[in-house]
Amino acid sequence: MSPLRDVRNWLDQRLGWQDLIAPLRKKTVPLHRLSYWYFLGGITLFLFGIQVVTGILLLLYYRPGASEAFESVQYIMTQVQFGWLIRSIHSWSANLMIFTAFAHMFSVLFLKAYRKPRELTWVSGVILLFLVMGFGFSGYLLPWNTLAFFATKVGTEITGQVPIVGKPMMIFLRGGEEVTGATLSRFFGFHVAVLPGVATLLILLHLLLVQRLGISVPPKLERQWTANPSAKREMKFFPNFMLREMMAWYVALGVLGALAAVFPWNLGVKADPFVPAPAGIKPEWYFLFMFQTLKLIPSKVWFIDGDVLGVLAFGLLGLLWLLLPFFESDQPSRTKGWITRLGVFALAYMAGMSVYGYLAK
Amino acid sequence: MAILRNKLRPFSIACFVGLAGFVALAACLGYGQTKDTCLDCHSALPDPLGVSQEKFSQDIHAQMGLTCASCHGGDPTSDDPDKAMSRKAGWKGKIDRKRIPELCGSCHSDPAYIRRFNPSLRTDQLGQYHTSVHGKRLVAGDTKVAVCTDCHSVHDLRAPSDPRSTVNPVNVANTCARCHADASYMKEYSIPTDQFAKYSTSVHHQALTVRGDLSAPTCTTCHGNHGAAPPGVDRVENVCSNCHTFQAQMYEKSSHKEAFQSASLPGCVVCHSNHAIVHPTDAKLGAGPEGVCMRCHTPGDSCDQARVALLISLGRLDEAIKSADQVLHVAESSGMEVSEARLGQDQARDSLTKARVTIHSFRQDLVDQDIQAGLKIAAQNLRAGKAAMVERNHRRLGLGISLIAVGIVLAGLWLYIKKIES
Repeated sequence: MSPLRDVRNWLDQRLGWQDLIAPLRKKTVPLHRLSYWYFLGGITLFLFGIQVVTGILLLLYYRPGASEAFESVQYIMTQVQFGWLIRSIHSWSANLMIFTAFAHMFSVLFLKAYRKPRELTWVSGVILLFLVMGFGFSGYLLPWNTLAFFATKVGTEITGQVPIVGKPMMIFLRGGEEVTGATLSRFFGFHVAVLPGVATLLILLHLLLVQRLGISVPPKLERQWTANPSAKREMKFFPNFMLREMMAWYVALGVLGALAAVFPWNLGVKADPFVPAPAGIKPEWYFLFMFQTLKLIPSKVWFIDGDVLGVLAFGLLGLLWLLLPFFESDQPSRTKGWITRLGVFALAYMAGMSVYGYLAK
Repeated sequence: MAILRNKLRPFSIACFVGLAGFVALAACLGYGQTKDTCLDCHSALPDPLGVSQEKFSQDIHAQMGLTCASCHGGDPTSDDPDKAMSRKAGWKGKIDRKRIPELCGSCHSDPAYIRRFNPSLRTDQLGQYHTSVHGKRLVAGDTKVAVCTDCHSVHDLRAPSDPRSTVNPVNVANTCARCHADASYMKEYSIPTDQFAKYSTSVHHQALTVRGDLSAPTCTTCHGNHGAAPPGVDRVENVCSNCHTFQAQMYEKSSHKEAFQSASLPGCVVCHSNHAIVHPTDAKLGAGPEGVCMRCHTPGDSCDQARVALLISLGRLDEAIKSADQVLHVAESSGMEVSEARLGQDQARDSLTKARVTIHSFRQDLVDQDIQAGLKIAAQNLRAGKAAMVERNHRRLGLGISLIAVGIVLAGLWLYIKKIES
């Protein structure tokens, strides 16, 4: 008997290991020409894992505070062995994770995987996307450089536009009227404690729901397979799909390493609250479509302030997006085409506005 | 109806009391205000007698509560022009140009009076004016020379700190140029009229108008304002040294100080010129068209050799800084963190600037001290840049090895999948 099997038996006798992983053994993944989209959720999860590991490593040296944050990141980038690699991977992985999370969401939308009974999986996933963007927003400030400082100033100002609760929310986020060291401490707390805690719980819920409900197939295929069960093709999740997923992870790891080595994440210039904001300041790419939209809205629309209207509109759209599955038919034969068209429009709008925002001065 | 009338009564009383209060308040506010009838007519008159209410309200004197009569006399309370402008009432009419400085000085030379408005305002302007070329010529009967109102304007006179003031630092040169750049106006004085044109090309003008540095010199900084006069050949360095302190200290110790004095040459101006002073470059030490040394020195003499040695020293440091900059730029664009070395480059540049200042001592040993300090720093920064480039290459090598490892794992996984699925 091999030592590995001994350990497995020892654990099985005490934890009922075989019973625990039994559902995984039975789990299957539908096999069709669009199956590769199923990898995106796993890649996002892998990148989240990278974030946790590199984030913990950065915590060993990072010091929050207006007088120390920039210097500590500079120290990580120049003095700590492989500090540059860890920080660059953390930053690149964050951006890739947000990208894959968006791609995962749109793939779910276009494959209509959010339909009954997977409404809660969609809701938990969209909340996770919002959380991931929150990770991005809070983490961006932590190096305390000029761009981050002014982007946070602009971002929190936009929050302040929300009627009634906006101003208190802005003061809560900033820890005062202005962006200061207090804001940095707060964002650090959100970034390393609050958001990871909530995100971990939601990821567990999301995975549990995926496990319980199985993997969805597109409605057209579902109808074909229901009519002709012999045409149904599946792959075992473990090990067949898992091994393929691991290949995707390795590719992601290679891309991350290449990006970190060839384009190490820039440190910038230490934030100085007393200098004027650099010209043409822009937020990170994933907020750019909203930022550019707000810029294009006239200062007054009828009697409503343009910024307030924009923020309210995005808030309402975000809520409707969250509740999207509840507008869909639960019959595979009667799916709503307008939801797909809306998805195409949303994707085109976000991509177009982001490019416009990137190119605009 | 009667009921309605009764109900409205308290409202009517309140309205009456309110109206009475308003009238009383207006009367109190109006009390003590002096009537000034001058502008009633003069605002409607054409130039040179016309002064609009809007123009005069911009005048600092009007804002301080002075009226037309404060300078011109007369009785501004009378609506009758004959009474208002009667000699009996002290009316002076148009002030004779010759009397303008004394008239202004009657208040501006009185510390007790001026203190009431602005305790920090100087009261020696009239005294200084009398020492100026303008003041002396005026006394001699030349009324073409500048008097107070020519520079400060009249009836819309603003504080010098006001950017619209004719004597605000940014506008001073234009104000002086109104006369001094007018060749026909200046014809009888036999002095050049190209000062403003030259000054407009100077580094000082650029600093003042382009960079907005209000401490940069304009005409009055070197010539004085109320006591305006040419600085004098033997005193030029005293003027320049007000700002260029270190250069002046070096020049004081140099052999050129005595040589220029004995030859009656105007110090700094000999090499840098005066109004058309441009940003100096190392080419000033060269033998080319921009070079200044060889205008006096003989090629091949000991001074020429010293000049060449100084030029070589400056060039060495300049090159060392450029080389380090180049390597650091490549390292930075490769994403390497070299901000400390970049900061160090500023120190090296400071050393070069210091060496260029020390040039005014014309001593190789002193210049070399700064050059050596700069070279040391530039060399450190160059090493940091090269180390960053080595580190960058290590990273890329590491990446290559890692990618090969990732590729091997991927191939292994693919083969394993094929194996278990076959």
